[in-house]
Amino acid sequence: MSVLFDILGSVGMWEAVLRIATPLILGTLGVLLCERVGVLNLGIEGIMAFGAMIGWLTVYSGGDLWTGMLAAALGGAAFGFLHALLTVPLGLSQHVTGLGITLFASSFAYYVFRLSVPTASSPPTIDPFQPLSVPVLSDIPFLGPVLFNQTAPTYLALAFVVLIAWGLYRTPLGLAVRMAGENPHALDAQGIDPIWLRIGTIMAGSALMGMGGAFLTLSAFNSFFPTMIQGRGWICVALVVFASWRPGRALLGALLFALFDAFQLRLQTVVDGVPYQLFLMMPYVLSIVALIIMARRARVPQALMQPYRRGER
Amino acid sequence: MTRVLELSHITKRFGAVTANEDVSLHLDRGEIVALLGENGAGKTTLMSILFGHYTADEGTVSVEGQELPPGRSRAAIRAGVGMVHQHFALAPNLSVLDNVMTGTEPLWRLRSDRAAGRAKLVALSERFGLRVDPDALVSELSVGECQRVEILKALYNDARILILDEPTAVLTAQEAEGLFATLRQMTENGLSLIFISHKLHEVMSASDRVVVLRRGRVVAERRTSDTSREELAELMVGRKVERPARPPATPGRVLLSAVDLSVAGKGGASLHGVSFRLRAGETLGIIGVSGNGQTTLAGLISGLYPPTSGSLSVDGRAVTRYSVPDAIAAGIGRIPEDRNAEGTIGDMTTWENAVLERIWSPDFSARGFVRRAAARKATADILERYDVRGATVDGRIRLLSGGNMQKLILGRVLEAGPDILVAAQPSRGLDEGAIAGVHARLLEARGRGAGVLLISEDLDEVIALSDRIRAIVNGRLSPAIPAERANAQLLGLMMAGDWTAAERIEAETHDAL
Repeated sequence: MSVLFDILGSVGMWEAVLRIATPLILGTLGVLLCERVGVLNLGIEGIMAFGAMIGWLTVYSGGDLWTGMLAAALGGAAFGFLHALLTVPLGLSQHVTGLGITLFASSFAYYVFRLSVPTASSPPTIDPFQPLSVPVLSDIPFLGPVLFNQTAPTYLALAFVVLIAWGLYRTPLGLAVRMAGENPHALDAQGIDPIWLRIGTIMAGSALMGMGGAFLTLSAFNSFFPTMIQGRGWICVALVVFASWRPGRALLGALLFALFDAFQLRLQTVVDGVPYQLFLMMPYVLSIVALIIMARRARVPQALMQPYRRGER
Repeated sequence: MTRVLELSHITKRFGAVTANEDVSLHLDRGEIVALLGENGAGKTTLMSILFGHYTADEGTVSVEGQELPPGRSRAAIRAGVGMVHQHFALAPNLSVLDNVMTGTEPLWRLRSDRAAGRAKLVALSERFGLRVDPDALVSELSVGECQRVEILKALYNDARILILDEPTAVLTAQEAEGLFATLRQMTENGLSLIFISHKLHEVMSASDRVVVLRRGRVVAERRTSDTSREELAELMVGRKVERPARPPATPGRVLLSAVDLSVAGKGGASLHGVSFRLRAGETLGIIGVSGNGQTTLAGLISGLYPPTSGSLSVDGRAVTRYSVPDAIAAGIGRIPEDRNAEGTIGDMTTWENAVLERIWSPDFSARGFVRRAAARKATADILERYDVRGATVDGRIRLLSGGNMQKLILGRVLEAGPDILVAAQPSRGLDEGAIAGVHARLLEARGRGAGVLLISEDLDEVIALSDRIRAIVNGRLSPAIPAERANAQLLGLMMAGDWTAAERIEAETHDAL
């Protein structure tokens, strides 16, 4: 029992929570934007892989870290545009298109990686983002190192939570985005074209997914390998339901999942005689439980997965 | 009189179909113009052109002397044109204020001024008597309240010209009356209105001027005070329409007998101690404002749920099992209240919809297989005999207009030769020509010896078709009066729950029944 308390009380673990949560926060916000405007984006898993690769490759070829992040965002937006083109004006199945984008983007990412980097026994590395201590605040005992000794992209992700929450609920554009996901006919009747709004929002959401992927290669690790996303994208899709499509709760969900993950990692090292796979399973099982509890009250955007065609009801 | 709106020489074609041809129309300040026409006459197309949802092939629209650029709803909104759609364009998960404010501010503003929006909304709703809570979610509102939100949306955009597309289609008779009172008040505040309708009585009572559209052309324009219901009906349909007259009844044995039936909370209401008898070859009309238990009564007789107390006998046998297949087997046919939700399955084909109710009968299935050829043949027969237009045997039924869908449902139920026919709001939302057709079929079924239970909130319909009439009020049935003694005033009293006159008449005529 005391082992558990040791883990829960350690600064290292709580610091890891925020780090593990960062790509989930970015990805979840991305999915949330897409779904709020009425489109399911299952391309996230592939878009994150592509973002991870292109961000890393940009830095490996001499760009600086922020240029890498930007490249990841642009790459994500490009795949978002493809997804939007197929699902919004053409109205194709969002499930099939999303899965297709995931397969395409992750394979394409590996292909580009293999073309540009020669095979080596150990993967080539870059210098990743370093923790940025916020003066004064990082000296607060316990909270200081946990909250204020993270890398820059983590702060950026947290800023995005606030930005998107404000944007969705306090600006005319955000209201239009929500309306597009609830009833695009109503939006059109008020003189705003839902088609372009959906395309634009999907691109923005996909850019966030790309940045979430890039966090893995530019901050959490320092190299790229093709299997590194490990289902994080799918977790984000589930977290959006958990969050009832609200940015604040999306942050909460991402932190909760990261907490389970950080906890089980440490548990593996101290508990003997239990297969480690059981611990690996833990965050996913707990996520399903949390999802069951939270999703019952969820208010699904009414026009989610319904293509909009003018003059058709 | 200032002219606020002018549509001149509008022509619109969809492929080979001409929806509007050389239509000209104007609207003066403070005026209510009714655009009257049957379903498919091109009314909605014309208004969509005005509002910029479609572009006209020829012709122009001008508001207060300024020509509108074609195909731009934003321009129409700016010019002060507001449209209240027949199918509400609202988001149920958002608040009333959200719904109203969408698209009213510049999109890229960093902060939405919700306090100002709320103040404006509250002021408007007070000024026009359109009471609604700005913070309520639209999903919590009634249909009438949703319509208020739609109107407020247009007013919020500073509309001075309001277009209402079949505004009463989804309202109860009472809500419709309230709506027209509100509209009249709006014209006093300087608004000008066009409302689209195919209901003669509301056109006669609510408009200043009527423009009649038939097959895409303006066929007549009249001041409402200079015309009559009969003239408008003839102009609208293009020939003299007469609703069929009811021949005298020859009531036979008692087919349906209800004794003290009660149902708690099904079909949106309850029934309390309902008793009545329905004989072969007669029509019993049940009149009432929606929500007083008529849906519950229809559902009970159709076998959807059992009564909590009381008994029902069909053709002398007490009903023991309440289920839809048992009801159908006992010879009860039904015309459901909501064609789209209960009467048909929109994405299935016409033939599937036509036979689904009787799919287990040996006519349509054998050894677990559907007899498709027989089913399709039966459907083709219905389409022909009941004059269902625009339908193919294999087409999706969703594509049919309301009137034609109703004809198919009538055909489906009458071909099965039911002894008892429960017809709930059979002509709701239909135009004059279609109503006449439905009435003729109902009289035909009665003439054949079926007992018809007609549930309706249309006074004229009930008086025209029924032999005896009862009112339903809060789940209770009034005494029955013969149709010959019925008039609007007496039925109004009965629907309001004042049954003294009805009791006297029932006592006088009881022997005859």
